[in-house]
Amino acid sequence: MRTLFFLLQKEFRQIFRDRIILAMILILPTMQLILLPLAANYEVRHIGVSIVDHDRSVASQQLLRKITATDYFNLVRYTNSYPDAFTLIESNQTDVILEIPEGFERGLVRENEQTLFISTNAINGVKANIGAAYLNRIIMDFNADLRTELLSDAKGHVQPLIDVRTIDKFNPHLLYHVFMVPGILALLLTMISVYLSALNIVKEKELGTIEQINVTPITRLQFISGKLIPFWLLGFVTLTIGLLVARFVYGIVPEGNIALIYLFSGVYLTAVLGLGLLISTVAETQQQAMFVAFFFMMIFIMMGGLFTSIESMPQWAQWLTYLNPVRYIIEVMRLVILKGAGFSEIRFHFLVITGMAIILNSWAVLKYRKMA
Amino acid sequence: MKQLYTFVRKEFLHVLRDKKTLLILFGLPVVQILIFGFALTNEVKHASVFIRDEAHDDASRALMERIDASQVFDVVQSGPANLDLIIPSGFAHDLSHGGRATVQIITDASDPNRATTLSTYLTAIIADHQLALSELQGIPYLIRTTTRFTYNPQLKGAPNFVPGVMALVLMLVCVMMTSISIVREKELGTMEILLVSPFRPLMVIVAKVIPYLLLSVVNIISILLLSVFVLGLPINGSIPLLFSMSILFIITSLALGVLVSTIAATQQVAMLVSMMGMLLPTLLFSGFMFPIENMPLPLQLISNAIPAKWYYNIVKAVMIKGLGMDAIMKEAIILFGMALLLTAISVKRFKVRLA
Repeated sequence: MRTLFFLLQKEFRQIFRDRIILAMILILPTMQLILLPLAANYEVRHIGVSIVDHDRSVASQQLLRKITATDYFNLVRYTNSYPDAFTLIESNQTDVILEIPEGFERGLVRENEQTLFISTNAINGVKANIGAAYLNRIIMDFNADLRTELLSDAKGHVQPLIDVRTIDKFNPHLLYHVFMVPGILALLLTMISVYLSALNIVKEKELGTIEQINVTPITRLQFISGKLIPFWLLGFVTLTIGLLVARFVYGIVPEGNIALIYLFSGVYLTAVLGLGLLISTVAETQQQAMFVAFFFMMIFIMMGGLFTSIESMPQWAQWLTYLNPVRYIIEVMRLVILKGAGFSEIRFHFLVITGMAIILNSWAVLKYRKMA
Repeated sequence: MKQLYTFVRKEFLHVLRDKKTLLILFGLPVVQILIFGFALTNEVKHASVFIRDEAHDDASRALMERIDASQVFDVVQSGPANLDLIIPSGFAHDLSHGGRATVQIITDASDPNRATTLSTYLTAIIADHQLALSELQGIPYLIRTTTRFTYNPQLKGAPNFVPGVMALVLMLVCVMMTSISIVREKELGTMEILLVSPFRPLMVIVAKVIPYLLLSVVNIISILLLSVFVLGLPINGSIPLLFSMSILFIITSLALGVLVSTIAATQQVAMLVSMMGMLLPTLLFSGFMFPIENMPLPLQLISNAIPAKWYYNIVKAVMIKGLGMDAIMKEAIILFGMALLLTAISVKRFKVRLA
């Protein structure tokens, strides 16, 4: 116990001596947590639309007004040349082109039917699809208005209209930061823990100081614990800062019990620090440790369900995510903070992470040899 | 010249000796392309929708059939589902007599992205259904639309993420590897030896970055080969133009890496700075994950300072849209300016003496 205490004292001195590391641990998460949620917004809005109007009629003007009246679309250019509008797509200034054919208004009355042409920049497929859907919806509304106007005196024509009302549960105003903040907090916690612990032991190897520890009677378990505990405590500092930022910058008050978040994070930190220490005992140089850690983190983050939802992945990829610790913390954060889940709802996550923590740490202890 | 060759050779030996790092450096782009290509799609397929049909009439059944027939949605008999749709009683009556019926969609908005996407898709299907109904009844004055999805008719994810992965991987290899390998020599004390040699300090940096330049070119080639032959995404524009722009971006990133190395005293700091300070902003502000036009104005302005944003636009223009030099003039000039500026700053800051 006394040995462990001295080891801890040494580790803490080393951490606190390096001001930049300390600043990184404290300031970076705060800044990122403030900036990232503002940036991470997938919402499809302010779609740049250019309208190619070959008709220049009352009807086409009404349609134009109807489109620009919504805040989904910003009119970029109103023109009568399609190539002219297409150069705007090439230069990224417009996302959608709506082409109104010549004789649109006249043809609508005479032939009872007209076709409008929509062309989107579909490099981002999802955005293009949603943009086209919004535009179609507006055109359909316009069509309904037009029919009401033209058919008001005609009998026997009841046009079928289906109104859609949407209720968004758990986040009624579709606030993106409500969704992003708990997830980003989970990511920052993971990243800082894995990187710092992955570099730690290997640094002693590279500088040769590990020899001095190897010749002492310190046991393997004591050594690994001495490395783990300081970062574990720092992880809680990061978590607390993150929750305070969420509370006072974004006004996100956890619906569930805060103690539950800390309890789960405690186990989670043990697991990811174990992973970091394992990488550190296996790696030969800091550069190597960092790239191995980065490689795993990248896969964990991308498959963690923050940026793309796990449900949209193919089945085999969904199964793989069960091996990903980041998946569990993001889910737990969202469940507890947003949905107010209790222990019974996160019991599965809890068991899996406990298992991961035991396996990774035992592995790290076993891999660490008291030899150079 | 012979001196430079010897130094470059030394750096190459350093890089090639570390097999694990090398494996990850070359494996990284491959894994990223495969994950993005096959696991991470924002495309929505087979989302479950639970329909509470309170109407039980022909009209509600027809609507349900149309939803079930779509690629996007599978109707499930019991919850939990991704979306709930409530069709109120008297649906057919409202539709044929009043002409206006209301249905309700309930989403799980704790993931607002998915909620909006799904409800937009469902709304579009319902709108389609409405159009079909009015056509069936022969109501005049019908406006149809045909939609063309330019550059990506099948709405795949690849045209969006391949340029993004290129920017990300180049940034990573260049900034992180360069900064860490320079700081490593500082930390281990071998930098002293290099600096007291008759070799000019500027040449020491040049020799350091050349292996990473070549490594990055190899990575670009492997990304492009994968995207053409595995993902089936052709290169529509000029390949020499794509490569010369990539080299310009690599030089910018290498200069950034040298700059980081002049700030950081230890490898740990160099790593944290390039990780937190470069990689995440690249991911966010290049525009490949999150649309820049949705960000608040200050962040939109910040995004202009991120070299990856310009490179990402260039790759999209050249590779996907097949445009030539005149279309990317602005981006190329900005990137060139950044490369010059960063090189100048990092060379100026590079200290000949160690503290």
